[in-house]
Amino acid sequence: MKVLVPVKRVIDYNVKVRVKSDHTGVDLANVKMSMNPFDEIAVEEAIRLKESGTATEVVAVSIGPEKAQDQIRQALAMGADRGLLIKTDAEVEPLGVAKLLKAVVEAEQCELVILGKQAIDDDSNQTGQMLAAMLGWPQGTFASKVSKEGDKLSVTREIDGGLQTITLNLPAIVTTDLRLNEPRYASLPNIMKAKKKPLDVKEASEYGVDIAPRLEVLKVTEPPKREAGVKVENVAQLVEKLKNEAGVI
Amino acid sequence: MAVLVVADVHGNSLDESTNKTVTAALAINGDVDVLVAGEDVGDAAAKAAKITGVRKVLQADDAVYAHRLAEPLCDLIVSQAGDYEAILKAAATTGKNVMPRVAAILDVMQISEIVAVEAPDTFVRPIYAGNAMATVKSNDAKKVITVRATGFSAAGNDGAAPVEKVDATGDPGLSAFVGEELTKSDRPELAGAKIVISGGRALGSSENFEKYIFPVADKLGAAVGASRAAVDAGYVPNDYQVGQTGKIVAPDLYIAVGISGAIQHLAGMKDSKVIVAINKDEEAPIFQIADYGLVADLFKVLPELEEAL
Ligand SMILES: Cc1cc2nc3c(=O)[nH]c(=O)nc-3n(C[C@H](O)[C@H](O)[C@H](O)COP(=O)(O)OP(=O)(O)OC[C@H]3O[C@@H](n4cnc5c(N)ncnc54)[C@H](O)[C@@H]3O)c2cc1C
Ligand SMILES: Nc1ncnc2c1ncn2[C@@H]1O[C@H](COP(=O)(O)O)[C@@H](O)[C@H]1O
Repeated sequence: MKVLVPVKRVIDYNVKVRVKSDHTGVDLANVKMSMNPFDEIAVEEAIRLKESGTATEVVAVSIGPEKAQDQIRQALAMGADRGLLIKTDAEVEPLGVAKLLKAVVEAEQCELVILGKQAIDDDSNQTGQMLAAMLGWPQGTFASKVSKEGDKLSVTREIDGGLQTITLNLPAIVTTDLRLNEPRYASLPNIMKAKKKPLDVKEASEYGVDIAPRLEVLKVTEPPKREAGVKVENVAQLVEKLKNEAGVI
Repeated sequence: MAVLVVADVHGNSLDESTNKTVTAALAINGDVDVLVAGEDVGDAAAKAAKITGVRKVLQADDAVYAHRLAEPLCDLIVSQAGDYEAILKAAATTGKNVMPRVAAILDVMQISEIVAVEAPDTFVRPIYAGNAMATVKSNDAKKVITVRATGFSAAGNDGAAPVEKVDATGDPGLSAFVGEELTKSDRPELAGAKIVISGGRALGSSENFEKYIFPVADKLGAAVGASRAAVDAGYVPNDYQVGQTGKIVAPDLYIAVGISGAIQHLAGMKDSKVIVAINKDEEAPIFQIADYGLVADLFKVLPELEEAL
């Protein structure tokens, strides 16, 4: 079973983003960029499936700028076999990303795609579900446990009330939640080895799919600011304030 | 043109998030229909018919919708999409699961987790864990939207819309339900609670949640939440997680206990009306957004708090 893992280059989760003063977006100049954390979990899961003999090959793909090769190399250093960069400097929305991924899945004949549940920059939480729809495949989103059982995939999902377990026919789409696994760090020797692993680069335009944005960003603004309040000395004072000042208890 | 709201149903009961989603829908267009899908959802449909402003309710009864599997539910929504200018569902786990699938079939770009409607085609949504707000205009003919319930007040319940049965679309047979492990609790639902008390890594164990957090929660009639660190460590179940990638809450009172205040946590609670932080580190970032901060050891002050309430 060949597994495809889409990895997105995003602003590092530790960076506090700043909105640009002209309200056109957030400031990405000189900020640390990383692999989307949910995608690290996806890469880890794919590698584990390979280590357990379920997966035969793990291919990491990213849609983004030239520099997104860094994130693909990270996936390779963790243990993915091959990489593919679909190069574009334009912002591609989840709908467009899913269309490109569909083309890759068909070309590569993958049987499983593991994506992150959500990119921490756009917070869309859409791409995996869209790709599943376009391929006519089942989807196991927000996965906290994945295992192959016979010719099906068993997926335990984090849902609002707790956990839900479903089985999916293969081929299938899985999106990762935080508790699926703890991604490994790439060791130095593996980082060196990853430099020699194959990494294809293609232009997004080569795929001939419509990736023009459907949403127009009119403006990006700061959220309402919350000011720090007061420190209270003790529990009695806290309760007094909550009762008489805030009136919430 | 009209707008379709896909209700959130659990068993045969209707979630309050449906009322909030109706409020968002009414801001787009005055003609709002509600689709209620599940197994024997007559009661939920009757309740949806009472939501103020609803034009009619479409009831789809079939065992295939009982567990809200994405593939059959998507087929049903697409079959009803017809002439609606927009289709909305609350951004809870079912909506997040199924709506992008619907959007892709209709070849439209979903607008995720809107918190405001500026115009029928223009919406506000948080990005970067709520550190920025994007105003986006959709150029798709049909809009597929998930709604962040905390952004909208709940529509009332004094309507009387007709209920119409609609045909189920069958089981595409792609996935199957195996089982559910649902968290049992007599406390209020986290998402809609008036008061929430959350514990972080500092609690150290599930026993300490029981011993220190739960008694205060019960005195206050509060829901219990947690940081990711507390969930990852197994102190409480996954559905307690508040934050960017967990639940979004905006209660009247949010009490953060032994939580540092990482941006991912703040994303899920910073719209609460009043925030209290209890942390022994006076430099903890949570204090920067707290209305009332108490620098103290939680193991000392939580029993005092329980006593004082
Ligand atoms: C992709 C991604 C998604 C994430 N999503 C979420 C999310 O949705 N929600 C979320 O919460 N986090 C999320 N996180 C994690 C987040 O970055 C933080 O790691 C997490 O919130 C920290 O949890 P904490 O505050 O409980 O732990 P810590 O940061 O370790 O803080 C513990 C605090 O307890 C205090 N303390 C210790 N002992 C005591 C005591 N005896 N009395 C009082 N105070 C004490 C300490 O001073 C400290 O401030 C996410 C991270 C990533 C990468
Ligand atoms: N540009 C991209 N390149 C590669 N993978 C992506 C890209 N955008 C989204 N994805 C994948 O889709 C997941 C969900 O993203 P989103 O729908 O944008 O929240 C991510 O975690 C990635 O696995």
